[in-house]
Amino acid sequence: MNRIDLTRFPTTNLLLRSRWPQFLIRAITLAGFVFTILAGLFGSVVGSHNFAIIFVWIAWWSALKLFFIPFGGRSWCSICPIPMPGEWMQKRGVFSPTGKGFGLGKRWPKKLRGNWLQAGGFLLIGLFGAVTLTSAKVTAIILFFIIALAFILSLIFERRSFCNYLCPIGGFTGLYAQAGPVEVRVKDKQVCAEHSEKTCYTACPWGQYPLALKSSADCGLCMECLRVCPSDNIAVNLRPWGSDLGQNTKHNPGEVFLGLVMLASVLVDSVVFLGPWGQLKTAAYEVGSLPWLIFAGVFLVVSLGVLPGLYSAAMWGAVRLGSAKTTFRKTLSKYGQVLVPLGLMAWIAFTVSFAFVKFSYVLPVISDPFGWGWNLIGMSGTASIGQSTSWSGWIQILLLVIGLFWASRVTQQISESKRQALPIIAFSGVFTVSMLWLLIG
Amino acid sequence: MKLQVTGSDLINRIKNKWWFFVLLIAAVLIIFVPLPQAQAAAVDRHLRIEASMYQFTPGVIKVNRGDKITLDLVSMDVVHGLSVDGYDFELIADPGQTQTAAFIAEKTGVFRFRCSVACGNLHPFMIGKLQVGPNLMFIRAMLLGLLAMAAAFWSLRKPFPNLKEVNH
Repeated sequence: MNRIDLTRFPTTNLLLRSRWPQFLIRAITLAGFVFTILAGLFGSVVGSHNFAIIFVWIAWWSALKLFFIPFGGRSWCSICPIPMPGEWMQKRGVFSPTGKGFGLGKRWPKKLRGNWLQAGGFLLIGLFGAVTLTSAKVTAIILFFIIALAFILSLIFERRSFCNYLCPIGGFTGLYAQAGPVEVRVKDKQVCAEHSEKTCYTACPWGQYPLALKSSADCGLCMECLRVCPSDNIAVNLRPWGSDLGQNTKHNPGEVFLGLVMLASVLVDSVVFLGPWGQLKTAAYEVGSLPWLIFAGVFLVVSLGVLPGLYSAAMWGAVRLGSAKTTFRKTLSKYGQVLVPLGLMAWIAFTVSFAFVKFSYVLPVISDPFGWGWNLIGMSGTASIGQSTSWSGWIQILLLVIGLFWASRVTQQISESKRQALPIIAFSGVFTVSMLWLLIG
Repeated sequence: MKLQVTGSDLINRIKNKWWFFVLLIAAVLIIFVPLPQAQAAAVDRHLRIEASMYQFTPGVIKVNRGDKITLDLVSMDVVHGLSVDGYDFELIADPGQTQTAAFIAEKTGVFRFRCSVACGNLHPFMIGKLQVGPNLMFIRAMLLGLLAMAAAFWSLRKPFPNLKEVNH
């Protein structure tokens, strides 16, 4: 099965099992989170001189797409500080439960389950992106709002309801974690079947039952199941990329919607932030003005109309060209997984184009995080204008072409015939050409 | 259950590898083979670019390779700069002022030009586009895309028709 179980090696087993390494990293990320909010609120209003802007939107956002997801799936979720305060209250302890926790422990409403709200959150990020990406104060307020919301929801609802159903970044990482090379699975299904207590399910803050895990989309890699399993029956596998994609995995319309929103967002972000259309940038920035309303309208039409329309047309073609009796809805969901490699590689290419040019800002803001004229590590004022190079262009091409190849392969793997795969491959091709034109055209 | 590989399977595998190398060679050719392009005579061009928060007007400039470009940068509001990626060229203009400089467009391709003076919140995204000659990189990228789709089709054809499953 081409898997390497990390729990087989004493060092990695110890690192994964012990709560200390994870706790220490999360303590650092929580401190960084609080510091980012403070820098955003009290630091310079010039974005390129403020830790909040550079660290959130250049360093962390790039690291998520270039490192955490491609090499660790949902690994960021395992060290994310946002659910920490709420979890401490739920467990009534920092490390492990110490009696009955605080909170109502209600179940998340059935009607609000799935990826729909996460997709909506991502649409909001896109609508207000020009402001949030450039205003340190707005970034700080949003971060504070997110951690407060996660805390309040954890007092009302059970487990990590915020992460599971609301967090847009959780939706982003969950969707693309299906292509990632890490998974938590059970070693022997029979052992789980015979174990009546289901300690893993009880301990899982994500509400997952490891025996039932078919996809890594909903597993936050917190390792709690590994720590509480009395039979040492949990494996943390390194696996080939894209292992969750194929005929044997189930997908739902919510996931398809999320995937399409991600495609629309990367297209619109490329147009607004990397394109030469200045009036569009101003329109995206002047929230509430008539130009912004037009921009918002066009963005929503592309995200909710044009792209889903093209995707639906491709699905209609696939249904017509297939021989098996299937419904349009089932076909729509089945091919949703094609959006995973397509979107992931497009986001990575966008990041290479966007962030590589701006990396020179990172060290100067560490040297002077508030923009107050400090020079902590002697790097203040060293930021350069930055420029894209031809090799960066070729990396973007390579990434987008790999995305197209990967999406075309997945399409064929889940299609009855090459004929049936054609409309979806054409959809992937049109998306890739659009991205190529925006990034290097 | 174990997979047993026969002699003819081995030949099939080599055939598969052979086609993989064909695709690889095709990719290398797409990337490196010089493409035919019409060479227009180099001319002197005098261009005026207006910079205002957060746009250059015009935002897209197309010239031929070898052209001598004389640029007037006019700042319409605050201090703006103009720096061209890949070229050692920069202009900075004060509000209401015009700054002029020239360079030879000796490298072909598409190059971004950016505002080089912090001019406001959207300054990092104040970008324009200079196209020198045809955009060969984009043409090559399109061809690579077609090759990727063909490779995907090829990679999933039935690879080992003689492969037999045998029980041990």
